Amino acid sequence: MVDEATKRTLAKIPLLKTKAGPRDGELWVQRLKEEYMSLIKYVQNNKESDNDWFRLESNKEGTRWFGRCWYIHELLRYEFDVEFDIPVTYPTTAPEIALPELDGKTAKMYRGGKICLTDHFKPLWARNVSKFGIAHAMALGLGPWLAVEIPDLISKGVVTHKEKQAEGADN
Amino acid sequence: MSSASNVGFRLMALKRMGIVDNYEKIREYTVAVVGVGGVGSVTAEMLTRCGIGKLLLFDYDKVELANMNRLFYQPHQSGMSKVEAAEKTLKEINPDVEFEVYNYNITTMENFDHFMDRIKNGGMKENTPVELVLSCVDNFEARMAINTACNEIGQSWFESGVSENAVSGHIQFIIPGETSCFACAPPLVVATKTDERTLKREGVCAASLPTTMAVVAGFLVQNTLKYLLKFGEVSYYLGYNALQDFFPKYAMKPNPQCEDRFCCKQQISFKEREALKPKVEAVEEKEEEVVHDDNPFEIELVSEMTEEESKAAEGETPELTEGLRLAYTTPSQNTQEDASASIENTEKSIEELMKEMKGL
Ligand SMILES: [Zn+2]
Repeated sequence: MVDEATKRTLAKIPLLKTKAGPRDGELWVQRLKEEYMSLIKYVQNNKESDNDWFRLESNKEGTRWFGRCWYIHELLRYEFDVEFDIPVTYPTTAPEIALPELDGKTAKMYRGGKICLTDHFKPLWARNVSKFGIAHAMALGLGPWLAVEIPDLISKGVVTHKEKQAEGADN
Repeated sequence: MSSASNVGFRLMALKRMGIVDNYEKIREYTVAVVGVGGVGSVTAEMLTRCGIGKLLLFDYDKVELANMNRLFYQPHQSGMSKVEAAEKTLKEINPDVEFEVYNYNITTMENFDHFMDRIKNGGMKENTPVELVLSCVDNFEARMAINTACNEIGQSWFESGVSENAVSGHIQFIIPGETSCFACAPPLVVATKTDERTLKREGVCAASLPTTMAVVAGFLVQNTLKYLLKFGEVSYYLGYNALQDFFPKYAMKPNPQCEDRFCCKQQISFKEREALKPKVEAVEEKEEEVVHDDNPFEIELVSEMTEEESKAAEGETPELTEGLRLAYTTPSQNTQEDASASIENTEKSIEELMKEMKGL
């Protein structure tokens, strides 16, 4: 089951309307606009609730996404690169979000640093096909993953704090 | 070494014993194996040893030492791309097999069209399709990509899989338009009397056993041989429950409301082809109809779910056979209420939105 906080976060992310994937030409352009609007709203929500935790951008076709995400643990900020492709079967299948820097450092990942999603992710995504977008995948997939895995990786000493913070991702 | 000796006289004996009409036909056939990991590599090896004409291999992974609990690959190959390592080994086993190997991810825009093209034109004679596609991938996205491609092309294929707890597996034969496709219904799960809700997943994504993978590969190639060489009966869905040694079998018709529009198109052309066929009496297919039961199917939930979630989940549930269930259910089209608002229309261009996102 999804926890209450995630549910509330999810409820505030606007749902998407256009069912289209990257092979659908003009319809994809429309979908991409909706993806951006939904993401912008989600980031704004996060800022308002003092929980800003990622930035994303894409190539101009909107098929490849990349950016940064961060997690605050004991007042220290841990940052990671995020990347993923939009599969040809999107939005029927969710994007596989990857944190390449952590590849090989945890068993909770598939090859290439793709995060292992919990059992409830797929059914939820399937029930909301086309209405859920990238913002929902971040909120439901990567957000909870970081919250569980990063403290664990820190305690095991696998992830250590870098003094030098990346520039431009301040808040 | 002559071809006959590579294929082996014991295989040829199948013909002499009357099991197979013409075993040599196997040399004319092309099979595409997508994913050459635990199941796919063993599948490719079996086909190579059976004397298949040509193999197309697709995978973007590398051989890793951490995966040495599985069959086929060897420690000295670690770091090599799986397709490259597989081709090398398989050519040593049987130099008569032709290969085309692709080290890429089929689910991305970059590669998907090329993947489709090779399915359509990668047969033994260029510009002829492969005879069969075997899905040996380990994730939902790649299965769905294969499904999309095969529905568009009208290509018959086998789906295969091993569960994340490694104690069950399945194969499924999909003839676009004729049998249920991978998008027609939520995936089927072989129930193994373990309580999946209490399945401990801490620390790992998935377990793997070479035994389960070899059994599934064996099922897959056995049915491939039966299909190609026309002997016995090809199973539509064959499950393997390793804990109880139970093997559920099942056949499901396609869903007329399938989300994949090419599946729906293929269903129409299948019906047209069927209508043109001369009527043969009393040869009724033993396929089970998809029954829409009034009583909700005994849904076994995959994970901890609240009652409202499971109520919302009551979509159309087909009548299944003993030992099988759906991985999850999806709601019927109209009954969904949304807690969240939909996105509003915008006059902004995509460039403006990208800029706005960057400026946050
Ligand atoms: Zn279908």
